[in-house]
Amino acid sequence: MTKFFTLLGREVKSFFYSPIAYVVMFFFLLITGFNFYIGVSLLNRGPSEVTVIEAFFNTVLFWIAYLLIFPLITMRTFSEEFKMGTIETLMTAPIRDWQVVISKWLGCLVFYVILWVPSLLYFAVFQWTTKSEAAHAMGAYAGSYLLLLLMGMFYIAIGCFASVLTRNQIIAAVISFCAITILLFAGLLSFIVLNMTPGLRDFVAYFSAVEHMGEFSKGVIDSRPIIYYTTMTVLMLVLTHQVFQARKWKL
Amino acid sequence: MIKVENLTKRYAGVTAIDNISFEVGKGEIVGFLGPNGAGKSTTMRILSSFMPATAGRASIAGFDVFENSLEARAHLGYMPENVPLYTEMRVTEYLIYRAKLKGVTGRRLKERIGDVKELCSLRDVENRIIGTLSKGYRQRVGLAEALVHEPDLLILDEPTIGLDPNQIRQVRELIKNLGKHHTILLSTHILPEVEMTCSRVIIINKGRIEASDTPQNLLDQLRTAGGVRLEAKTGSDNGVAELQKIAGVKDVTVEREGDWETFLLKTESKGDVREEVWRLAVDRKWAVRELSRRKATLEDVFVEITHADV
Ligand SMILES: Nc1ncnc2c1ncn2[C@@H]1O[C@H](COP(=O)(O)OP(=O)(O)OP(=O)(O)O)[C@@H](O)[C@H]1O
Ligand SMILES: [Mg+2]
Repeated sequence: MTKFFTLLGREVKSFFYSPIAYVVMFFFLLITGFNFYIGVSLLNRGPSEVTVIEAFFNTVLFWIAYLLIFPLITMRTFSEEFKMGTIETLMTAPIRDWQVVISKWLGCLVFYVILWVPSLLYFAVFQWTTKSEAAHAMGAYAGSYLLLLLMGMFYIAIGCFASVLTRNQIIAAVISFCAITILLFAGLLSFIVLNMTPGLRDFVAYFSAVEHMGEFSKGVIDSRPIIYYTTMTVLMLVLTHQVFQARKWKL
Repeated sequence: MIKVENLTKRYAGVTAIDNISFEVGKGEIVGFLGPNGAGKSTTMRILSSFMPATAGRASIAGFDVFENSLEARAHLGYMPENVPLYTEMRVTEYLIYRAKLKGVTGRRLKERIGDVKELCSLRDVENRIIGTLSKGYRQRVGLAEALVHEPDLLILDEPTIGLDPNQIRQVRELIKNLGKHHTILLSTHILPEVEMTCSRVIIINKGRIEASDTPQNLLDQLRTAGGVRLEAKTGSDNGVAELQKIAGVKDVTVEREGDWETFLLKTESKGDVREEVWRLAVDRKWAVRELSRRKATLEDVFVEITHADV
């Protein structure tokens, strides 16, 4: 276990060695901040049915920013080690493959969580200055941030998988960006294809991140998305591990 | 310590190593030689469990590098070719990270980090970022890293490449000292180094082992390695013809420089014909300004074995 935490420690620290981390953090703050501002101004126009937390998590800008961070966070995980050759020192140390896979994935997740911490502040400030509630209940916070975590787990696993496929970071980023975008837009199919049967509509809703967010940010916590994201994460990690082993044998 | 049996490795289309077998006993320092592309790095990568072999078996300290790879790796300190390092980390930080990965903890960790920094003369740069170090220093970081968990076996792929002569000498001394407690397999292209440090040499060419013996035995087996050099004024004599009459001389070449001629006599590796040459010179009243024996070196062995067709 010490070995695992040593690996994890390096993964998390490695973000802060590179300027990418700071660039990502800066722009993410900028975009979410702007998004929050839009949300608040929307509410300023008059009485509204949505709370600020709903407004915040259900805009186009939010989803665009959200899509972009995953490739940026995950692209270097494996690709860089392949490219630099450090994979050779890494894998000739007495550590197991899965320790490497999990530590890389978890390292990204930790950074992702760090990325979200400042946004909590927005809602605190909102509540403090306007004396009105940012959400109807604590459940909305819990729901929104739980879903963020769940989606983060899954999308980061996709990013790690893309990275283990290639020694080229750009290619890894493109693969994960496309995969995550397709997943998100597949969820939007029901808005585009209007004449769907109800059964199909439910099926699409089952993996639609946008729809999940709509529900969770109201505080409606459904167990199906939780199961969906958890199993998909595990599946992606298993795949990543599999490819990592195969790659190690081919290099 | 190392046992390799019928190991073969094929990359797509290329057979990098072809059915090789060898053993390295505890306490040996073995030099692994061969021309570029001979398969040295490939063999070392298999031994370090980085790649599997296509066929055959290899074990380290009794642990199969494929089936019990974790235990095998725990006994091994490996320094890959080109010494890949995390360039954004600091020297001490990197060494601590690697030591922990290899299971060194607690008080021993601190001790070992101090020791290897001392051993590899890294004190001056311990807080520098690895990416800003010169090649030689990176090499030393790689070596320190390989040593940090006091492995029984060290596998070093070209440890002295890119070092300046002083550093080469230091590393050579270091390797010699390490050899007192560790088993070492090292590859290199610097042959005098092997002669000085290694107790045994394995020469590999095109994926096959061509020789495996002590440097001395290899020298003794050379067909044409010994030689005598004579610088003399022979006047009107035909020096080459005269010298060729001496028993044991295989070949004579000559270079002229004014009145002086320089003869190079090739003999069998153990043959020493200096006395006969001297007698001849006295007989024929040649003026001699140099008569010396040129000892065969490992380089001759290397060239003879890997260029058998030339
Ligand atoms: N990843 C790879 N894919 C395909 N062929 C490879 C690969 N790595 C090495 N080879 C081939 O295998 C052979 C042996 O290579 P290897 O690196 O073991 O040589 P070497 O003895 O270490 O040479 P050098 O002295 O140049 O380091 C070469 O012909 C090389 O082209
Ligand atoms: Mg090599």
